[in-house]
Amino acid sequence: MLVLVEQSLNGLQFGLLLFLLAAGLTLVFGIMDFVNLAHGSLYMMGAYFAATFVAWTGSFVIGVALALGATLLLGIALEYVALRHLYGRDHLDQVLATFGLILFFNDAVRLIWGPAGLALPLPAWLTVPVQIMPGVYYPAYRLAIIVTALAVAAMLYVVVMRTRIGMLIRAGASNREMIGALGINIKLLFTLVFGLGAALAGLAGLMQAPILTVQIGMGENILILAFVIIVIGGIGSIRGAFLAAIFVGMIDTLGRAFLPDLLRKVLSSAAASTAAPALSSMLIYLLMAIVLVVRPEGLFPAARR
Amino acid sequence: MNFPLDLRNVVVALVAAGLLLLPLYSALSGNIFILTLFTRIIIFALAAASLNLIMGYGGMMSFGHAAYLGIGGYAVGILAAEGIGSGFIQWPLALAVSALYALVIGALSLRTRGVYFIMITLAFAQMAYYVASGLSRYGGDDGLTIYKRSDFAGLINPGNRVQFYYLCLACLFGGIYLIWRIVNSRFGLVVQGVRSNEQRMQAIGFHANRYRLVCFVIAGTICGLAGALLANNTDFVSPAVMYWTRSGDLMVMVILGGMGSLFGPVIGAVVYLVLEEVLSQFTEYWALIMGPLLLLIVLFARGGIMGLLGRMSRG
Repeated sequence: MLVLVEQSLNGLQFGLLLFLLAAGLTLVFGIMDFVNLAHGSLYMMGAYFAATFVAWTGSFVIGVALALGATLLLGIALEYVALRHLYGRDHLDQVLATFGLILFFNDAVRLIWGPAGLALPLPAWLTVPVQIMPGVYYPAYRLAIIVTALAVAAMLYVVVMRTRIGMLIRAGASNREMIGALGINIKLLFTLVFGLGAALAGLAGLMQAPILTVQIGMGENILILAFVIIVIGGIGSIRGAFLAAIFVGMIDTLGRAFLPDLLRKVLSSAAASTAAPALSSMLIYLLMAIVLVVRPEGLFPAARR
Repeated sequence: MNFPLDLRNVVVALVAAGLLLLPLYSALSGNIFILTLFTRIIIFALAAASLNLIMGYGGMMSFGHAAYLGIGGYAVGILAAEGIGSGFIQWPLALAVSALYALVIGALSLRTRGVYFIMITLAFAQMAYYVASGLSRYGGDDGLTIYKRSDFAGLINPGNRVQFYYLCLACLFGGIYLIWRIVNSRFGLVVQGVRSNEQRMQAIGFHANRYRLVCFVIAGTICGLAGALLANNTDFVSPAVMYWTRSGDLMVMVILGGMGSLFGPVIGAVVYLVLEEVLSQFTEYWALIMGPLLLLIVLFARGGIMGLLGRMSRG
C-alpha cells in the first residue's frame, strides 16, 4: 500500500513533468503547425544551463531562474534565426531541419561541457523527506516538482483561457490567416509562443536534472514520450496534453514498479527482469497505437479546421 | 528525362560506375577501408530507396522505417544463433517477417493521416525496439553477435569482402529496378494518384488504402533485405539499428538525395554517409557542421540534390 502511494506520486510527478514538455510542443504544433523535434534539445539545454548557473552562483534558486531566462532567450533566438523560415513548409522539411538541430545541439553541448554528464546538486532544504500522510514520507523535491508543475499548469490555463494573449493564441490555433488579416502581429505572437514553449521545456529539463544526471541526449527519449502524449491528447489541445501526460506518466512509472513482480509469477526471475522494462516501455506505445486506431485524431481534437 | 545532357543522369551514371568499379580501386590501392565503408553505404542506400517508394511515390511519411533493418537483421541473427546458417532459409524468412510486420502495422497506421501517421509509425518502431531490448536470450540491450555469415552452399561467399560487396550492389540495383518497374506500372500510377488526390481516386473506384497498404508492405520487405545484409556486414545486430534516430537518418538520406526520384536516395545515402565519415576524420564534432548543413539544405535546396541538379541543367 505504501509503495503504491509512493509510486503513484512518482507517476504523477513524472506525468506533470511530461506535461510541461508536451504543453510547449502542442502549442507550437497546434498554432504554427510546426513539428519541432528540437524541443528535446531545449529540455537538455535547460538542464545544462541550470547545472552551470547553480554552480556559478552557488544558489539553487538564482541559478534556476537564470537558466529559465537563458532557455527562453535561446528559444526566441532559435525561432528568429532558423525556425520561422520553416512555417508553412511541409512537415517533412520541418522534421529534417529540426533533426539537424538535434545533431547540432548534442555536439555543441559535447564541445562546451564535455562528454561526461553533470550533476545538479539540491540544496539541503529540498532533500528532506516530508510526511504527507501518517507514516508516509515523500521526498520534498519530488513534492516541489508536483507543486511547481501544477502551478504552471494552472497559470497556463489562466493565460490561455482568460487573457487577451491567450485568446489570440487560441484564435491562431483555429485560423492563422484570419487573425493575421485582423491586424494581429502574428510573427511576434509566434515568437512569444515559441519562447514560452522553450521555457517550459527548459523548466522540465532542469527539474528532472537533480533526479537523473544531466547528459547529452537526455532530451531524445523524453521527446518521443512528449510526442506520444500530444498525439494521444489531440494536437493543439492543452487539456488533452494534460490528461494524456498524467496517464502516460502513471503507466510508465507503475509499469516499471510493478510489472517485474507480476511477470515473476509467470516467468523465471531472470527472464522477467529483462522482459519487464521492455514491456513497460512498450505499454505507452501500445496505448498510443490503440488510441490512434480507435480515434485517429487523438482523444481531445483541439479545433476543426 | 529526355535531355541528353541532364546533369541528373550524368551524376547517376558516374555514381553507378563508381560503385561498380570501387573494388578494383580498393584492390589496386590496397585501401580496404573504403570497401567496407561503401558496403555499408550501399546497404543504407537500399533501405533509403525502399523508404523513398512509400515516402516519395506513395506520400506515406513513415518515421519507423529502421524497424525493418532490425527485423531483417534479427531474423538472420536469431536463426544463426539457433544453428540454422543457410542463407536460403535465413533470407526468405527475413523478408517474410518484414512483410508480415509491415502488413500489420500498415493496416493499423494507414487509418491515420499526416503527422499522426508519422507518429504512429514511430510508435510501432519504438515498440519493436523495446521488444528487441527485451530478448534476453538473444543479447537484449547488448545485441547479438553473429559468428557465421549466411551460408549460400558455395554459390556465393558473404565472408569474402569483394563477393559480399557485389552481392549488396546487386541487391541495390535489383531493388531499384523493382521500384522502377513498380512506379511505372498501373499499380504504381494508382499509388501516385492516391498521393496527389485521394478523394478523386476513391471516386473513380480505386480502393486507395488497399493500394497504399500493398505499397507499404513491398517497401518494408525490401528494407528487410537491407536488414539481412546489414547484419551480415557487421556480424552483429542490436536494438540500436531500430532506434528512432536511425529512422531519422534514413529520412534524411531520402530527402537529401531528392524524394520521389529513383536514384535520389542512393545519392543521398552516399553523400550523407561519406560526409559523416569525412567530417568525423576532420573533427570529432562532425555533427556541429552536419546539423546546420541539413537545415540549410532544407531551407535553400528544395527537392534535395536531384532537384538542385535538375534546376541546374534547365539553366
